[in-house]
Amino acid sequence: MNDSTNNVSATGRALGESTIQIRNMHKWYGEFHVLRDINLDVKSGERIVVCGPSGSGKSTMIRCINRLEEHQQGDIIVDNVELTNDLKNIEAVRREVGMVFQHFNLFPHLTVLENCTLAPIWVRKQPKAEAEAIAMKYLERVKIPDQALKYPGQLSGGQQQRVAIARSLCMSPKVMLFDEPTSALDPEMIKEVLDVMIELAEEGMTMICVTHEMGFAKTVADRVIFMDEGQIIEENEPDQFFNNPQSERTQLFLSQILAH
Amino acid sequence: MSESTQTKYEPGQHPSLPPPFKTRGVALWLKENLFSTPTNVVLSLLAIYFLYKVVPGVLEWSLFDAAFTGNDRNECRAQAGGACWAFIGERLQLFTYGFYPEAERWRVNLSFVLLVVCSVGLLWENCPGRKWIIALSVVFPFAAAFLLVGGNGVKLFVALACVAVALALMFRGSSTTFVIVIGAVCAFLAKFIFFGGITLPFTDIHVGGIIDLDDYTFLNLPEVSTDLFGGFMLTLIIGVTGIVFSLPLGILLALGRQSNLPIVKYACVVFIEFIRGVPLITLLFVASTMLSYFLPPGTTFNLLIRVLIMVTLFASAYMAEVVRGGLQAVHKGQTEAADALGLKYWPSMRLIVLPQALKISIPAIVNTFIGLYKDSTLVIVIGLLDPLGIGRASLADTKWNGLTNEVYLFVAIFFFISCYAMARYSLYLENKLHTGHKR
Repeated sequence: MNDSTNNVSATGRALGESTIQIRNMHKWYGEFHVLRDINLDVKSGERIVVCGPSGSGKSTMIRCINRLEEHQQGDIIVDNVELTNDLKNIEAVRREVGMVFQHFNLFPHLTVLENCTLAPIWVRKQPKAEAEAIAMKYLERVKIPDQALKYPGQLSGGQQQRVAIARSLCMSPKVMLFDEPTSALDPEMIKEVLDVMIELAEEGMTMICVTHEMGFAKTVADRVIFMDEGQIIEENEPDQFFNNPQSERTQLFLSQILAH
Repeated sequence: MSESTQTKYEPGQHPSLPPPFKTRGVALWLKENLFSTPTNVVLSLLAIYFLYKVVPGVLEWSLFDAAFTGNDRNECRAQAGGACWAFIGERLQLFTYGFYPEAERWRVNLSFVLLVVCSVGLLWENCPGRKWIIALSVVFPFAAAFLLVGGNGVKLFVALACVAVALALMFRGSSTTFVIVIGAVCAFLAKFIFFGGITLPFTDIHVGGIIDLDDYTFLNLPEVSTDLFGGFMLTLIIGVTGIVFSLPLGILLALGRQSNLPIVKYACVVFIEFIRGVPLITLLFVASTMLSYFLPPGTTFNLLIRVLIMVTLFASAYMAEVVRGGLQAVHKGQTEAADALGLKYWPSMRLIVLPQALKISIPAIVNTFIGLYKDSTLVIVIGLLDPLGIGRASLADTKWNGLTNEVYLFVAIFFFISCYAMARYSLYLENKLHTGHKR
């Protein structure tokens, strides 16, 4: 793992050690084979964008990484902890992996600040004052410290998604998973969320992002992964991926989404 | 479109104008609300005619032509042709306390005052000294039981203190084994020192019982048999006990019903479906007669306690279904977000899911409370004297023969006031907890 040639990103950035390893992972919903032989290795500091048509298993794959979905075969190792049925392992992984959802999933009965301090207080056992100070720091980073005492229902979609990002960051995760973070937003609000994500990427956060924002993929990603029918079809650095796609399926997909 | 605006404003420059002048005045209000369409006119007139016919008669009977003094029915009738409230006045004590001994009624009053203080503290968030009142509410059920039934106060106090010490020690431990061991040690010590000591197994040697609490009588209250309980006091005892215990039990049952553990799940399903499938009266009969067949011979088990348990179980089955509805209405993303943040099952339920589920279910929860409260009158069938039972007994008095209307109206008013108060509080709570679009 310390082999230096391994620890350089496709775009030439220096990377840390491997944080997420997925090996020969399969998943079924009942009889339906959703994920087929997924292999993925994510290094610390690496930014990965996952794209593909809907129903291709992108979301399911990243939801397996923090065990919101259970895989039935193969191994997933996150931060040296293997995901098994052992609750202790699952909790350990979830503490280190932050997740941002398409529909924000903020807690509507709590204020923005309480949303951000809840997990640090209850999971990390931080004192309330400290948790609040940290939360305010992250709310400032996502540029909404003035909304701290409001309820999520009083904010716009873009603001809510930025709160959701801040909420995850308050747990100081090692990896951030983004599950179509901008798909439920109005066009005007997409940019404010993407800006926050780009900033986060520039600070060296390990990120796996399921998104249809190809501009984001081009500027930020170290690697783009294309999925279809539950398989990883193609995996490449963004330059190669967009300009010189290898498989026919990828070419078709790109021609469709870049056409309009 | 009728008036064109004269000035053109740049985007963002248009001043905020007040909304167009709302039509005011009684005549306009009447026209808009009561006489807007022919059907509306007819219905309004019918309603007014109905009120005109009914209201004066009711007021006449209940207030203007009613007798408030008098020693029996004939004296009432001599004064006025309407209601005879003197009857209720004479029986008011009976309606309130049942047959509770007169000299001891201050205990009931004190319990009631404590109940009011606790309720105000728990229900009103900005109440001064709320912390203390919440602490008091934890002790309240025991204090009230002691006040109402009587007995050796020191014993109760020591028992409570032992439980408190045990709990305080148990909450320091992290592992389940530690907690169980500490609990067992505390129970053993309490029995050894205070509660009669221990007979060593396989021998007749009796050790312990160092302090005999029966010697300390300064906190003793004369015992009052629960057979003497009755009237509104009994309604409140059953209602409050049922309400206080059925909600937590219902929540546990609802969570259990959604559990992934099959044994827990099916135990909850069977319990809920069985209790819901049986009428309360049947359960009360079971409580009053059949339960003694199932219990080991010689065990006496107070009838009132049996009724309280049955009423609580009955209400909790309904509560479980109400809460389950609320749980299902909470979006799945909420648990996922809590999971993703690393919260475990209980914190995630307590902090994220239940607050939202319970908020959604407030109207239905209060509905169940009100139903339970009114159902407490069913205990009449097993011979407990709730207000209706007292009323019926009073009507048997030849002195006051035939005053049925007064009795039932009086009881109805009592129930209406309590239930309406609950309904209003539920509305207040719904508004207070509404965080969605508060500006």
